[in-house]
Amino acid sequence: MKIRVKINGVTREDDVEPRLLLVHYLRELAGLTGTHIGCETSICGACTVLMNGAAVKSCTVLAVQADGSEITTIEGLSGRNGQLHPLQQGFWEEHGLQCGYCTPGMILAAHQLLSRNPHPSRAEIRKALEGNLCRCTGYQHIVKAVEWAAEKVRAQAEHA
Amino acid sequence: MQAFEYASPRSLQEAIRLLPAQWGPTDVLAGGTDLVSAMKDGISTPQRLVNIKQIAELHRMTFSPRAGLHIGATVTLRELLDDGAVQQHYPGLIQAAEAARSEQLLNMGTVGGELLQRPRCWYYRNGYGLLALRDGKSLVPEGENQYHAILGNAGPAYFVSPSFLAPILIALGATVQLHGPRGARSLPVQKLFVTPTRVGQREHDLAPNEILTEIRVPYRPGVRTAVYEIREKEALDWPLAMAAVALRQEGGVLRDPRVVLGQVAPVPWPSPEAERTLTGKKPSEDLADAAGRAAVAQATPLSKNGYKVQLARIAVKRAILSAVQQGG
Ligand SMILES: Cc1cc2nc3c(=O)[nH]c(=O)nc-3n(C[C@H](O)[C@H](O)[C@H](O)COP(=O)(O)OP(=O)(O)OC[C@H]3O[C@@H](n4cnc5c(N)ncnc54)[C@H](O)[C@@H]3O)c2cc1C
Ligand code: SF4
Ligand code: FES
Ligand code: FES
Repeated sequence: MKIRVKINGVTREDDVEPRLLLVHYLRELAGLTGTHIGCETSICGACTVLMNGAAVKSCTVLAVQADGSEITTIEGLSGRNGQLHPLQQGFWEEHGLQCGYCTPGMILAAHQLLSRNPHPSRAEIRKALEGNLCRCTGYQHIVKAVEWAAEKVRAQAEHA
Repeated sequence: MQAFEYASPRSLQEAIRLLPAQWGPTDVLAGGTDLVSAMKDGISTPQRLVNIKQIAELHRMTFSPRAGLHIGATVTLRELLDDGAVQQHYPGLIQAAEAARSEQLLNMGTVGGELLQRPRCWYYRNGYGLLALRDGKSLVPEGENQYHAILGNAGPAYFVSPSFLAPILIALGATVQLHGPRGARSLPVQKLFVTPTRVGQREHDLAPNEILTEIRVPYRPGVRTAVYEIREKEALDWPLAMAAVALRQEGGVLRDPRVVLGQVAPVPWPSPEAERTLTGKKPSEDLADAAGRAAVAQATPLSKNGYKVQLARIAVKRAILSAVQQGG
């Protein structure tokens, strides 16, 4: 079946089998391996991407369900010149990762949060990330990383 | 996952034409959060999926005091939570929908799919079927039944109804619209749920070629509502027991109380016993406690789920207290 998807700003057309999962489409056809596969049962959130700005678990979405949509993966967050997104910087600055497996999904779930709520409390950050599991950090540093990013986005907005 | 063909019709009529008269070969796809998982696990093996998310009329939500709230079946849980009229007039619905864990689920899961999600019973999810039969006998009564039913569990069905919106919708007197080849019919939400008694029967009163199109919730100003649920852990899980309550207070006493339990029986479980306990009485902690006891008086726990009786009792009690405190 033919689908047309805009991934990180670039439109693609592909002929896919209806049973192809979005995560496999992104990793194998689009070559974007930043989106990870963990549990494959829609529990862990490692496969989280944005579909029309909303966080979804791409291991439980069919590629055909994404037909006509805009997808953002972790590769789509940094600027043209490789400038890190404030969330990426925050995870760096605040040690928001250890093994890094959960990180792309965490960042995209956090991205949705900041786009809806630029001033989240710690409790709101935790709530927004409850669909994402991390087995390394104990979450504390992830929450701090998101706070760091929120602060940075705020500062940037004031400058602009 | 087994290969299948995919159709994405734009009209309801076209979608209904694509659905056969038996279960199995074709499934309706909404958000897919439940169905795609079941397909990956080989629990559902359709040869065709009919995606209903391109049908504009299923994605509408309207409110007026006269008609109440009409929720299109493919409205997502996120859209429901973000709706101003729902926030203003249906706090109980917000409370119930907020309980769905994870932003990702709220974004993809639809209200229709939430009502029609299949049970979480692990025998069912591991391929033993809804009645969990081996050699004609249910594995549940002597098996791993810690999450199974404590009410309405005379058998052969022991699973619990997984919907967390159904109890409050029933308490609010909501109905669903179903469309099939012979036109539309309307059912009270309670009647959408059935306890299967034989192999092959589903837990919903929905024909294989019918589509749930809309949920209608009457507007009842002055009705206080609350939902209380008890979980094993905070994240990503279904409650162990929950209760939804709707009631009015008039001259210091309770009127028209509705008490509906969830996650305790193969269907959402209204409790006329609890309702009788409350009617016409002055609200108090003792009264709420008595209603909780009445709600589980008939419970028949299995070998490993006796603890759920106490959880259900407490859920009823706390939902009542919270509804009373909440105000209109
Ligand atoms: C990891 C995970 C965690 C979850 N956590 C919770 C939780 O904490 N609390 C909770 O209560 N629920 C939870 N859920 C369940 C979730 O709420 C449902 O999966 C979701 O609402 C289903 O909606 P959907 O649109 O994705 O349905 P789909 O998966 O598309 O469909 C579900 C079923 O309904 C049928 N169907 C859907 N819409 C229609 C229609 N309009 N007409 C006819 N048939 C239809 C489909 O054929 C299918 O059988 C969880 C699910 C997952 C996967
Ligand atoms: S220590 Fe915990 S997180 Fe690490 S592997 Fe064991 S169970 Fe998993
Ligand atoms: S890989 Fe998709 S949720 Fe775990
Ligand atoms: S950093 Fe290892 S899983 Fe989160």
